[in-house]
Amino acid sequence: MNNQFVSSETAWCPGCGNFSIIDTLVGVLNELDLSPHKVVLVGGIGQAAKTNQYVSANGFSGLHGRSIPAAVAIKLVNDDLTVIVNTGDGDSYGEGGNHFIHNIRRNVDITHFVHDNQIYGLTKGQTSPTSDACQLDHKTSACNLSTPFNPLLVAIACGATFVARSFTGRKDHLAMVMAAAIRHKGYALVDILQPCVSFNKVNTHSFYDKRVQELDASYDSSNKMAAIEKTMEFGDTIPIGILYQEKGLTYEDKHPQLFNDVPVIHKAHNMDDINELFKDFI
Amino acid sequence: MYNILLGGAAGDGIETMSSLLERTLKKSGCYVFSIRDFMSRVRGGHNFAQVRFASEAIAAHRDTLDGIFAVDQTTYDQHHQRLHDRGFILCDVSLNIEDPRAIKLPLKEIAKRLGNPKVMSSVAIGALLKLFSFPLDYALEVIPENLRPDLVDVNLKAVTEGFDAVESQFQVTAKNAKQDLLLTGNTALSLGALAANIKFYSAYPMSPSTTILDYLAAQSAKMNIVVEQAEDEIAAINMVLGASYAGARAMTGTSGGGFSLMVEALGFAGIAEIPVVIANIQRPGPATGFPTRTEQSDLKFVISASQGEFPRMVIALRDHTDCFFQTARAFGLAEKYQMPVILLSDQYLADSAATVAVFDTNGLYSDLFPEKSVPGNETKPYRRYQLTESGISPNSIPGETESLVRIDSDEHDEFGQITESADVRIQMVDKRMNKLELLKKELLEPDFWGDEQCETLLIGFGSTAGAIKEAITILNAQGGHYGALLFGDVYPLPQQKLKQYAALATEMVNVEQNATGQLASLIRENALISCHRSILKYDGRQMSVDDILAGIQNPKGGQLL
Repeated sequence: MNNQFVSSETAWCPGCGNFSIIDTLVGVLNELDLSPHKVVLVGGIGQAAKTNQYVSANGFSGLHGRSIPAAVAIKLVNDDLTVIVNTGDGDSYGEGGNHFIHNIRRNVDITHFVHDNQIYGLTKGQTSPTSDACQLDHKTSACNLSTPFNPLLVAIACGATFVARSFTGRKDHLAMVMAAAIRHKGYALVDILQPCVSFNKVNTHSFYDKRVQELDASYDSSNKMAAIEKTMEFGDTIPIGILYQEKGLTYEDKHPQLFNDVPVIHKAHNMDDINELFKDFI
Repeated sequence: MYNILLGGAAGDGIETMSSLLERTLKKSGCYVFSIRDFMSRVRGGHNFAQVRFASEAIAAHRDTLDGIFAVDQTTYDQHHQRLHDRGFILCDVSLNIEDPRAIKLPLKEIAKRLGNPKVMSSVAIGALLKLFSFPLDYALEVIPENLRPDLVDVNLKAVTEGFDAVESQFQVTAKNAKQDLLLTGNTALSLGALAANIKFYSAYPMSPSTTILDYLAAQSAKMNIVVEQAEDEIAAINMVLGASYAGARAMTGTSGGGFSLMVEALGFAGIAEIPVVIANIQRPGPATGFPTRTEQSDLKFVISASQGEFPRMVIALRDHTDCFFQTARAFGLAEKYQMPVILLSDQYLADSAATVAVFDTNGLYSDLFPEKSVPGNETKPYRRYQLTESGISPNSIPGETESLVRIDSDEHDEFGQITESADVRIQMVDKRMNKLELLKKELLEPDFWGDEQCETLLIGFGSTAGAIKEAITILNAQGGHYGALLFGDVYPLPQQKLKQYAALATEMVNVEQNATGQLASLIRENALISCHRSILKYDGRQMSVDDILAGIQNPKGGQLL
């Protein structure tokens, strides 16, 4: 069997930001020297969520909004696997908003790539949680009458230990952030800005290209208060990079009796232990 | 056989008292069956437990009482009409009860003198043991085993004082239950899951399913099982499906409201062919309904829940032994057929405690652990949804071999890739539904109970089994010709015995804890057999032996369907 990750033909629109993400992802997976059969790519529903259909790895294409709970459980029962979620802003922050919040709190060692195009693509152009705010007289498909959701600020507030943003137009930067996220021990969130060429006529490639600004070498990603301020910059300049990272205890660290040398699925089962439990009821 | 009621307000410690009393009775050799009737509140209101004990096995509750322990006036007011003429009411001297059957003791004063007003219930336990001529010894064993160390001494003193305060009145003979188990339905269900090598359990707390989460969480470290309280039921079942995909035997438990939230994922398990066991511990609905009470009204819901068509199995749990063995069996079936298996229990069975013979785990293995299928190799790439004659495809686990395992909630081809092909769609629907044909060959027929030449055939499923059996035994002892079919496997519906006994009986009566006769409806739809009348109860209180006897003896009382 081929020990390299490869991508296959997709059903995306020509020019879609997802091409940049899938190319970079495949490159990063190969560079990290992972084996395809030891990687599980998990998705929900939406164009971004189809990523796992097109990469030669194990694939779990679940329900809309529900990729995170499935991914977390896959990792918990077999921590030999590298578990990566690829899914969109609607799936991650809308339909799956409750799971987004509570799985940050769990801090299971998975990676979450959110393909954030600030719009619903597959359903043809409705607003997403991250769509820009706008005035009442300017209601376009990329325009949100509610306050836009700030995923990175919420993530830090919930105790996330790796919070980053990148842009499909900066592939080297994206590769660096993706690799760091996969290597990070614990839940790692990367919000990836990408254009939706078919439906988002506001947040285009050039829109992002003009605004994104890589964090400079002096930025201290361990300073939580500074990171919180940084997550609130989203306008004429949009900072990209690892906004916040800390070494925190993972779910696995907190349950050392379950997570050690032997993955949960391979832990012994002995009927004598069950018979022993009966004694509590005699 | 005796039947006593312990009643008070929420917060009075009725649950603890009943549990201590039941354990003491069991240790002294009695068979015990107890039920809980608790309100959905933490303090106040009226809660009671009923404890039935005897020298022979018991599988249901009765209405008539031999004794009442009343913490408060409400307990007396609500239940004294059910008390036998020769019965007793044990209560504190302060209660204003003018009844010749009352045994008034200074329970509160004794407790106060011992330094803890809450030990009043232990004083009562001592008195109850003496009234029924039990020795005190077993209570002296049970209290240290079950209470916090700092509470042991005062409770031992309390139970002793209560014991010395009354004279013996009743006798229970021939006691053989010492080596049996005394446990609740939910505990037996949890043990069944552990016996089947469950490795992942996730749930959101919801009465009356929560005690499964509590028990498994307590065993997590010892038994190497991941137990996670999810943020909602949707997360719970999606976690379970992820764990199962990755090779862990996995289960979730809930009640009807939570099951409603799980419905989309139920269909996902169906189309993606992910093994999963879902325990639905029913309570009266719809919506919030009666949170702490009982009903069997989710049968047709769980059979038809989720959009689309896919195979599933539903097993109704009839008693505590079923809770253990059928739960274990459900894991084996879910894995073999790669489909959801739904366990239907209810608050009555979940919370009732019974003495049952120790579960024999010898020989469980072959049923529980079907042979693993072999994944593909380089020359023949692995196909997760390979088309086979039975419809069952080889199920591999990610990471175990170099084969890639891909599953999909979209319609998919043999490799798990999204497809929109009309031909593949038909092949995949047929493949999935075909699994039911094989499953039908290993369904368990309902248990028959009663007169093989029955004129009247009762039909029931799940937790009413014990009461139906006892009612039939009583009716046949009076010269009647009654029989009953008690369904465990309920979907797909096993029909062999149904057709056999339906041909024999002149009258068929469905006995169900719901308002519309859902089992009768399922039987009409699947077997084209109609019941003649129904005995239905849907007030949230489990049908007793007496309710069934009354329903039988009052033909016009049953609601015609």
